[in-house]
Amino acid sequence: MVNLTINGMPVQVEEGTSILDATKKVNIKIPTLCYNPDLPPWAACGICIVRMEGSPKMVRACTTPVAEGMKVITHDPEIIQVRRTVVELILSNHPNDCLQCPRNGNCELQRLAAEFGIREVPFQNIVKDLPIDDSNPSIVLNPEKCVRCGRCVKVCQEMQNVWAIEFLGRGINGRIASAADVPLGESPCIKCGQCAAHCPVGAIYERDDTRKVWAALQNKDIHPVVQIAPAVRVALGEEFGLEPGTIITKKIYAALRRLGFKTVFDTNFAADLTIIEEGTELVKRLTEGKGEIPLITTCCPAWVDYLEKYYPEMIPHFSTAKSPQQMMGAMIKTYWAQKAGVDPAKVFSVSIMPCTAKKWETTRNDDMKSSGYQDVDVSITTRELARMIKQAGIDILNLPDEDADSPLGPYTGAGTIFGATGGVMEAAVRTAYYLVTKKEMGDVNLKAARGLQGVKEAEVDMNGKKIRIAVAHQMGNIAAVLEKIKEAKAAGKETPYHFVEVMACRGGCIAGGGQPYGCTDEVRSKRIAGIYTDDEKSTYRCSHQNPFIKQVYDEFLGEPNGHKAHSLLHTKYVARPLYQK
Amino acid sequence: MAYNHYILVCGGTGCESNKGDEIFKNLIAEAEKQGVKDQVQIVKTGCFGFCEKGPIVKVLPEDSFYVEVKPEDAQTIIAEQIVKGREVKKLLYKKDEANKNKVAVEDIEFYQKQLRVVLRNCGVINPENIDEYIAREGYVALEKVLFEMTPEQVIEELKISGLRGRGGAGFPTWLKWDIARKVPGDVKYMICNADEGDPGAYMDRSTIEGDPHSIIEAMVIAGKVIGAHQGFVYIRAEYPLAIDRLQIAIEQAKEYGLLGKNILGSGFDFDIEIRLGAGAFVCGEETALIQSIEGKRGMPVPKPPFPAQSGLWGKPTVINNVETLANIPVILTKGGAWLAKIGTEKSKGTKVFALTGKVNNSGLVEVPMGTTLREIIFDIGGGIKNGKKFKGVQTGGPSGGILTEKDLDTPIDYESLTALGSMMGSGGMIVMDEDDCVVDVSRFYMEFCVDESCGKCSPCRIGTTQILKLLEKIARGNGEMSDLDKLEDIGKAMTKASLCMLGGSAANPTLSTIRNFRDEYIEHIVDKKCRAGKCKHLVRFEIDPNKCIGCGLCARRCPVSCISGEKRQPHVIDASKCIKCGECYNVCKFGAVMKK
Repeated sequence: MVNLTINGMPVQVEEGTSILDATKKVNIKIPTLCYNPDLPPWAACGICIVRMEGSPKMVRACTTPVAEGMKVITHDPEIIQVRRTVVELILSNHPNDCLQCPRNGNCELQRLAAEFGIREVPFQNIVKDLPIDDSNPSIVLNPEKCVRCGRCVKVCQEMQNVWAIEFLGRGINGRIASAADVPLGESPCIKCGQCAAHCPVGAIYERDDTRKVWAALQNKDIHPVVQIAPAVRVALGEEFGLEPGTIITKKIYAALRRLGFKTVFDTNFAADLTIIEEGTELVKRLTEGKGEIPLITTCCPAWVDYLEKYYPEMIPHFSTAKSPQQMMGAMIKTYWAQKAGVDPAKVFSVSIMPCTAKKWETTRNDDMKSSGYQDVDVSITTRELARMIKQAGIDILNLPDEDADSPLGPYTGAGTIFGATGGVMEAAVRTAYYLVTKKEMGDVNLKAARGLQGVKEAEVDMNGKKIRIAVAHQMGNIAAVLEKIKEAKAAGKETPYHFVEVMACRGGCIAGGGQPYGCTDEVRSKRIAGIYTDDEKSTYRCSHQNPFIKQVYDEFLGEPNGHKAHSLLHTKYVARPLYQK
Repeated sequence: MAYNHYILVCGGTGCESNKGDEIFKNLIAEAEKQGVKDQVQIVKTGCFGFCEKGPIVKVLPEDSFYVEVKPEDAQTIIAEQIVKGREVKKLLYKKDEANKNKVAVEDIEFYQKQLRVVLRNCGVINPENIDEYIAREGYVALEKVLFEMTPEQVIEELKISGLRGRGGAGFPTWLKWDIARKVPGDVKYMICNADEGDPGAYMDRSTIEGDPHSIIEAMVIAGKVIGAHQGFVYIRAEYPLAIDRLQIAIEQAKEYGLLGKNILGSGFDFDIEIRLGAGAFVCGEETALIQSIEGKRGMPVPKPPFPAQSGLWGKPTVINNVETLANIPVILTKGGAWLAKIGTEKSKGTKVFALTGKVNNSGLVEVPMGTTLREIIFDIGGGIKNGKKFKGVQTGGPSGGILTEKDLDTPIDYESLTALGSMMGSGGMIVMDEDDCVVDVSRFYMEFCVDESCGKCSPCRIGTTQILKLLEKIARGNGEMSDLDKLEDIGKAMTKASLCMLGGSAANPTLSTIRNFRDEYIEHIVDKKCRAGKCKHLVRFEIDPNKCIGCGLCARRCPVSCISGEKRQPHVIDASKCIKCGECYNVCKFGAVMKK
């Protein structure tokens, strides 16, 4: 432990703690712009400066570790003045169009300007006229707004290991752009949107598709149907002042109806369906030797994009099961439309997702038109839904609880945990156990698969057969797992795993690129806790127990992995070049 | 084989670009032609320092110091001096036009107050011949370190010497080595920072060009002391001659067993690789330099960890500048106490400066720490060109400040320069006279910093640009008094909040000129006047009718044809059309064109 004083107050913290973190102990929150707790400090903005007692020099609190006997001063008139000048300088290099900015109201620079009481920027505005890059189906890059905090670059390169975003140019002409300065849509980008989720300003943001949704809701000839993803229910409340992890599923259903959706379904149901298809596939691969082991999950479109680009040789390991979003899309325009007597051509299918990559997934390949129409017409993020609810003036928190529509609404606990890292694995194990042993699991909680550790491994005993599993999340953690599999294969050794779950975002979908801003590990943990609470409160906790799942197989799909299921609920993968041209 | 004459031809970049190589080749050809090639050895050496008078040729044993030599003089030198034994009077350095007597080299004012420790071999040996380096006690220090001294003893010697980093910051060299030595680890690195980038500075280039082995020797010593087996010389690609000579020296050292595996049979391995910098000024900053060697963008990263703890590829790394390293072999042969006798209390040894600008004797100057600016500029530098008035001197390049008349008698060392609001920097020293405008000079340095800012941190990236905008505004005559406050605010924010020293010191020229020449800024802002006539928007060109003879030269040269007048009659300038290019002022032979 290290002893120091902060503004004269004694503090004891662990060695290696930064001054920035140490000051929290004395209830000081030093203003920052480039710093983000998910990332190593990049030390770009120059706002978090502090000084040592009696020293004229100032140091960055984010990168300076504490030292024994250090006497830190976090604020004095000179420090405040320098910080203000730095904020003014940053504002002088930033367009003054807050009112038209996607981050208006939740911009970290705007907040700083407000806190420093900046009423006028004394310096000439020197914004370069740079074009917006909207070549990517999921995210939009507006380099003019960039404050060069470096978060997106660090996220893309270090957290996600994708290397789609890079600094280009030098000095005042420096900017962020996609690697090699190709349009972002032709870059290695996997659309995970973590750059957007970490951007402090409006330089990278989700493509806004709310107008398409409003237009569909306006059209009387159209039957708008909506589905909401597992992770949305534990995060949307944050946009309305609730704690992360607060479950407001039934209020979301109600709000969606008030927005004008005629039918409200839940992606969790489709998650149950996914488990039946993927679980069956797993059991077949394990028992019948059909297909490669380990089986790797494919619910995450950013992950699918990543593997197709970076590890195409691993495609045979991929589960052919579509993601819940796309299964739901296919079921809505076939089974449900038929059952409800609605012309599928008139159905407008919207998905509410925590994810930006889901936008891309809706047109990923021709399998996404398995109903004969585009299965999911528009995918919007949690943030976009929050804006729509606010635009409509719906007081969501005070709405009466409502239920989703049947039969594609009711879900099990297994469906809901899809939203967290390890959830797909846990849900699959619950059902696979049943399929293999014909018995229900005693304790369905697979604790080893939960939590924020980058790679989690476990062994599950199924009737004496040891099933080895691995769960990885945050794209940068994936390579180690894949390399281990490849090495074993190359050496002719037994595979290290039978089943692998991968989610591109740290913590899983609950921290997806389209979720409310300000996600930290603390927020992730709360949202995950919300997800597991939803699971525990469920009547059924295993997908195969969902009575409506049984119903759709009986009434429509036939056998799991059967012909009809295959044509509607499964897909193919292809190797994709990193750069499109 | 005994030669009776030695001819040393300066092979520094300055003289080389002034046909030095042709002189060298002509001398060899002439010696051959005139049948005296057995009597004279002709050697191309490193820089003599006296660049103002280059190309320089020195003939021994007469100690004839020939200046401004031309290729065609080779014939005369061989014919007169080698064949007939007579010095070539017309080429000899002369004090001035009135005093044409031969001046002994040690009596030349330029050299009188100098003390050459770092440049000890420059202009003396052939840098491409390792034997000449060895003959001057070369690699003696390495032998001592390998066989007689413990690493602790070497560090102790460095501590006694008081040697501090010559790259600018003045960090004690022994401490840097000691930290890296004590960090546990099998893999460590030794880097020589030869990414010299200050405008007008060429100390390191000349040192490597003239004495590459001193750097190699020092790097091997450092490797032995800290436990590194791999060294890198990070040098700008714009230094081809230095790179060539270093490459030759590395090969020769390897041939002699002084570099590579099992050096001198000691069992110690050390290798050196050259890494070329692409010309980014910021790559002279050690953390950016490391990033660059690693193949990444040359952007500074936060310290700590310091490179000595975790540097290149995360390994303990010592980075020393060329001049620092050149001191090491001398310290270890002559003893730390020897160097400690030179200099001031806190700054020991000598410092090499590249003296340029409006001085009579520009060149490379090595003086003991504690020498005053007056001695350097007026004694060594021979005062201001054309009898103009001294205005200021910029030390520390774009990171330094401008010192004035009142600072001339301060003994210079790390502390005194910092106290005066400038810095030692790597050793650039640019002298300004009354024709230089402080706003213009500040603008020049800020333009450099805008170009060279890596763009990572906002105080530097935006601050440099905003300062430049304000200086340009003032230079155009649109300045307001509040702009001075803005300049000082931005300058302070940059100084306090920048990540690396590029940004941390980029405002120094501006801040120091506002401090020292505030009245001139106010003149620009309030009176819309530039007394030096440099800020062209504030200058009006007029023709003095009493001096103009109506030759019409100015009118013919005027690019916008705004000068008119009858032949042999005084001409006039149409101020509304004038673009203030100054061509008329430059071409008028009668001093009739006035800047107002």
